[in-house]
Parts: sequence; C-alpha cells; structure tokens
Amino acid sequence: MNVQPDLLQHLELERMPEALAGHDVPWVRLARESAFGRFAARGFPTRRDEEWKYTDVTALGRRASLAPDHIPPDPSSEAALHAWTLTNEGMHLMVFVNGHYDADLSTIDGLPDGVRLTSLAQALDEAQDLPRPFFDVRNEHTIFASLNTAFATDGAMLQLAPGTVLDAPVYLLFIASGHGVAVYPRNIVVAGEGARATMVEHYLGMVDAHNFTNAITQISLGAGAVIEHCKLLQEGSAASHIAGIHADLMAGSSFVSHSFALGARMGRNDITARLLERDCRCTLNGLYLLDGRQHMDHHTRIDHLAPDGVSREQYRGVMDGESHGVFNGKLVVHPGADGTDAHQSSRNLLLSRQAEVDTKPQLEIFADNVKCTHGATVGQLDENHLFYLRSRGIDAESARSLLIYGFANDIVARVSAPNLRGRIEQLVLERLPHGESIKELL
Amino acid sequence: MLTVKNLHVAIDGKEILRGIDLNVRAGEVHAIMGPNGSGKSTLAQVLAGREGYRVTAGTARYLGRNLLAMTPEQRAREGVFLAFQYPVEIPGVSNALFLKTSLNAVRKQHGLPELDAMDFLALVRDRMKRVGMDEVLLSRAVNEGFSGGEKKRNEILQLTVLEPKLAILDETDSGLDIDALKQVADGVNAMRNARRAIVLVTHYQRLLNYIVPDHVHVLSQGRIAKSGGAGLAFELEQHGYGWVEAGNEASRVA
Ligand SMILES: Nc1ncnc2c1ncn2[C@@H]1O[C@H](COP(=O)(O)OP(=O)(O)O)[C@@H](O)[C@H]1O
Ligand SMILES: [Mg+2]
Repeated sequence: MNVQPDLLQHLELERMPEALAGHDVPWVRLARESAFGRFAARGFPTRRDEEWKYTDVTALGRRASLAPDHIPPDPSSEAALHAWTLTNEGMHLMVFVNGHYDADLSTIDGLPDGVRLTSLAQALDEAQDLPRPFFDVRNEHTIFASLNTAFATDGAMLQLAPGTVLDAPVYLLFIASGHGVAVYPRNIVVAGEGARATMVEHYLGMVDAHNFTNAITQISLGAGAVIEHCKLLQEGSAASHIAGIHADLMAGSSFVSHSFALGARMGRNDITARLLERDCRCTLNGLYLLDGRQHMDHHTRIDHLAPDGVSREQYRGVMDGESHGVFNGKLVVHPGADGTDAHQSSRNLLLSRQAEVDTKPQLEIFADNVKCTHGATVGQLDENHLFYLRSRGIDAESARSLLIYGFANDIVARVSAPNLRGRIEQLVLERLPHGESIKELL
Repeated sequence: MLTVKNLHVAIDGKEILRGIDLNVRAGEVHAIMGPNGSGKSTLAQVLAGREGYRVTAGTARYLGRNLLAMTPEQRAREGVFLAFQYPVEIPGVSNALFLKTSLNAVRKQHGLPELDAMDFLALVRDRMKRVGMDEVLLSRAVNEGFSGGEKKRNEILQLTVLEPKLAILDETDSGLDIDALKQVADGVNAMRNARRAIVLVTHYQRLLNYIVPDHVHVLSQGRIAKSGGAGLAFELEQHGYGWVEAGNEASRVA
C-alpha cells in the first residue's frame, strides 16, 4: 500500500460532506465505498509505474487534505465570476464553484426537446438509473478514476435522445477559488443514435493555490452520434490537475476531442476512445503551451475494436522556460479491426534550452489490411520561416511569436463551433509571447 | 540605388559568388539570367539578408548605406523586397494577418499610422484583383496548399501591397502558364516608375517578352559573364548559355 495511514483517515468516507452527489442513493454509496477500497489498496502510482514514468504524483499524497471539503469561493473572484456569466452568448453555461454546481451563475435555456442537461447530483437525486453503469469498475481506466468515483463532488449530466441536435455548445466552467480546494468533477454524456452536440470543459483557477482537481468525463456515443468535446485547462500556477476523458463509440459514430492545456503546475490528461463497432471515427487534437516549471502529460489511447474505423490524432506542444511536456499516444488495433485507418502526429517546439519533451507513439497492431502511420518531431522554429517573415519587414521577435501563434493556431482552427473557436483563440493568444499585438491585428 | 562591388559569397566553405559587380539605378529594370546553379538565387538571398551565407569579399550599398550590415527586416522596411523562388508556407498564419503585420511594420518605419481593418481590406482587395488572385486566399494560411502559380501570385501581391523601392524577383515566372505569366507581368509593369528599381532573376527569356529590361546580365559560375541591353536576352535565347560560358572560359584564359 502506497498511501500513508493518516491520509486514509483524512479520506474516511463517513466524514464526507453530505454535499457529494447522490449521497442518499444506496448504489452510489456502495460504488463509492468499493472504489475507495480499490484506491486505498493501490494508492497513488509512482514513477516505477510505466504509465507514470514521467509524471510524479507522489506530492499529492503529502497534501494537507485530499478531501472534497466545501470551501467557499475567494471573495476576490466574485466579480470575475459574474463577468463570466455575461459572456456565454450562444452557449449553455453550467458553472461549478469549488466542485459544486451554482445554478445562479449558470444559464441553460432553450434546450431542444429530447435534450436533458442537469447536474449529476440532480440526476442521481431523481433516482435515475442512466448514470449507474458509468460507475462500474469496468469503466475505471486509471486509479484516479477510482478516487474520483469515491469522491465525485458533482458535474454535468447531458442526455441526448436519438436524433436530437444541440447546436449551442454546452459550456462547463469549473472554477477553483480559495485555498486547499480538492474537487472531483464527474461528467457524463449519453448521446442516443444520431444525436449531435458539442461540450466544453473549462477548468479555471482564480487563485494561485495548491488546489487539486481530479476529473472524469465519460461519453457514450450511440450509432451515428457525433460528439465534439473540448477541454480547456487553465488552472492556477500552483494547481495539480489529473483528468480522464473516456469515450465509447458505437457504429458509425464520431468523437472529436480537443485538449488545450494552458495552465496548471502539474497536469495529466488520460484521453481514451474505444471504437466498439464498425465505421467509427475518432479525432484527437491537443495543444499544450507550457512555461516556467509547468509539467503537462497527455496519455491518449485509441482502441480499434471493429472494422473500418478511422482515427486521426494531432498533438502539439510549445515548451518554454524549464517546462516539461509529455505525450504518449497509444493505438491498439485489435484482432478483427480490419481496414483500420489511423494516423498520429506529435509535434513539439522547444523555445528554451531547459525545456523538455518526451513524446512516444505506441502502436500495437493485431489486424489485417491496416493503415497506420505516425510521426513525431521535436525542434526549434524553422529558419526558412523566420527569414521569410523578416524579409517582409517583421522584426525577429515578432516573427518568432507569429510562427508560434501559427503553430498553435493550426490546432485551434480544428474546433468547429465558431464562437468557441474564437474564445479559445483569445485564450491561446493571452498565453503566447506578444499575443496581445497579434490579437490587435486579427 | 544598389551598388554591388566585387561581391564574393561562400556557403559551407564553398565559394558560390566570385566577384559580382552590379549597379542598379532608380527607374531601371535589370534582368539577371543564367543557367541553374550559377548563383542567381544566392545573389538574391544575400541581398535580402539571408543568414548562413558568408560574404568573403566585396561590398553592397543601398541608398548610400551598407546593405550587408542591415538585418533582413531593416532592409525590407527601407524598401528592399525579394520575391522568393520557393515561397515559404506558414501554417496557422493567415495571409491577411501576415500582410497586415508586414505592411504595418513598413509603414511604421516611414512614420505612417497603421491601417485600420477597413482600409487594409480595401487596399488588399484592390491589389488581389490586379494580380488575379482569388480573395479566399486571404483567409487561408500563407501559401499553405497553394498551387505553384498561386504562390507566385502571392509574392507579387506582397510586392504590390508593400510597394518597395528595390524589388528583386527570383524566378517569379517559373511554373506559370501563359495567362498567369501575363497577369504577373502586368502587375510588375504597373509597379515600374522612376523611383523604383526592379531586378528580375530568370532562367528563361520568356518573361522578358512581357517585362522589357533596360539591362541584362548573364551569370555564370558565380560571375557576371556578360552584360548588355534587352537584345542580349534574345541572343541568349538563340545561342543558349553555352555561348556565354564558352566566352567566360575564354576571357579567363586570356
Ligand atoms: N544552402 C546551400 N548549401 C550548399 N550549397 C548551396 C546552397 N544554396 C546554394 N548552393 C549551391 O550554390 C550554387 C548556386 O545555387 P543558386 O544560387 O541556387 O543558383 P541558381 O539560382 O542560379 O540556380 C549551386 O551549386 C548550389 O548547389
Ligand atoms: Mg535559383
């Protein structure tokens, strides 16, 4: 056992606040207890664990508390919070403050018939059975999923009846405000046959505190469904963030994931997709912009389990300062997944000598007639590109920032919803050198 | 405007330009011709400020200043423009953003205010029409997925937007069909005036049917082997580069 005994005491389920979603639902309680048992038995992974080779999470075990205690938001962030709710035009906004749903700050209106969007707590209180299989042990991809099941605070539950189309993106805003915050968001999306929607998960740290987020999002796509998921990581500069995004795809469905990692001291995203039936399509895009001593790890895994699936993966990183990026892209083409067409690319820019990146493709192919390609690059800006810009009067420093912007924007441009794309472009620009001056020109 | 004297340039220890003399005055159009590998692009790139080349001897003065001591961006802001033989693709940066950034940089140098979005668009649309470029290429990433012809037109578009004093066009004619060639030539001819000099670098005489130069220079093995008027291009067309190269050898022996 890797977890210290005093930590376990902290985590005693009995003293868990009433506020955890589904606290009086018997199966939820059982699921939590059994998940907690699994976590306690294994504890946090160490770097000896192959999957955690580059990312050290042992510091989490030394935190004062991992318990999802109810912490009121820091008053300094009130104004910013309210400003947020005014800028959500054309989106369904759900705001979670320190893990808890805040209905006053949220605006959900004009949902089409057949679409339900509620907090997970509400869904569980209504004794809905729909969330139940998502808490099954077979759907736990990592030890952090066990920890999340044990302490899932709240989250969003999106249900789309067959054939429904939700045009406006669902925007989940998770605010961390205050000190010692530990939150366990749990989001579930169930898309019926042919349903379509876009969902955003934005993690926004409003203070520079050692806060901890452990989030799990599970997405189930019925036949022919199309779900575009977008994760924006913008936690505070001292925060730790560990999350899993897991999609199950039925015949002919399409899952698109974008992961933009812009902020957190230490971050880890496990993004997985299982192409369970034929003709599925899976697209994973990612962009991490790191500086200072930031550490960001993306582990992706695509399982092709049925014939004629297509997967496209494109990850990019820009590392400055002493930051460390990790990309591990696993692709498994299982027996019978003939005709799979998969492509993976990882490209990285190192802007300083101290910055580092570890990028690794992991391809395992057990089927026939499969097309799998992958490529990874690590490097600096291209001198030819720089000279071209400079030969047009653009000074060397601006040319550099323009190229970095271009490198990053290539991923942003893949987001379909224009209002969302515009917002992400702004956030990315705020993180880039001279982003302000580029912003003015756009 | 541009005075190059005895310019020697080496790359990786290999001497590529071996004593170039060139004198370009405002209002003139010069053509620099020569076989592949004779050093035409090297000359063009060195004049634009490309790093990685070593000037081992000689000078280049532009408007009375030491051109070789200026950074590429200073040269561009002072009015030197190079249309690349192989225009570079810049993923993720739209043509509009690129053009606006460079135009503003050049304008700033001359104490002019930045153009606002409306004026910029009006200007660019006008110039795109002039060079026969589809407007959708404005929102596309710089040269990315452009056809060979579109890339060349994009270079000429930048030329007409930035309005330099000294324009060096490196093989802008290659890969263009006859209609595109005429359109590009029209774009360049419209830029001709008493205050501007143009240096056309080309392998073929074809372009010079549409843009008639005042002076023609033939480059061979890093030297100007022969200079003359527009007629020299036609002579070359008839006799081929072997004719000049033979002369070059002869003059060296003598
Ligand atoms: N970056 C380089 N490294 C090494 N050799 C080069 C480089 N660029 C050009 N050269 C060499 O210099 C010579 C002249 O090339 P270039 O100037 O491109 O000729 P042109 O434009 O007349 O075809 C050629 O022999 C070419 O191989
Ligand atoms: Mg050339």
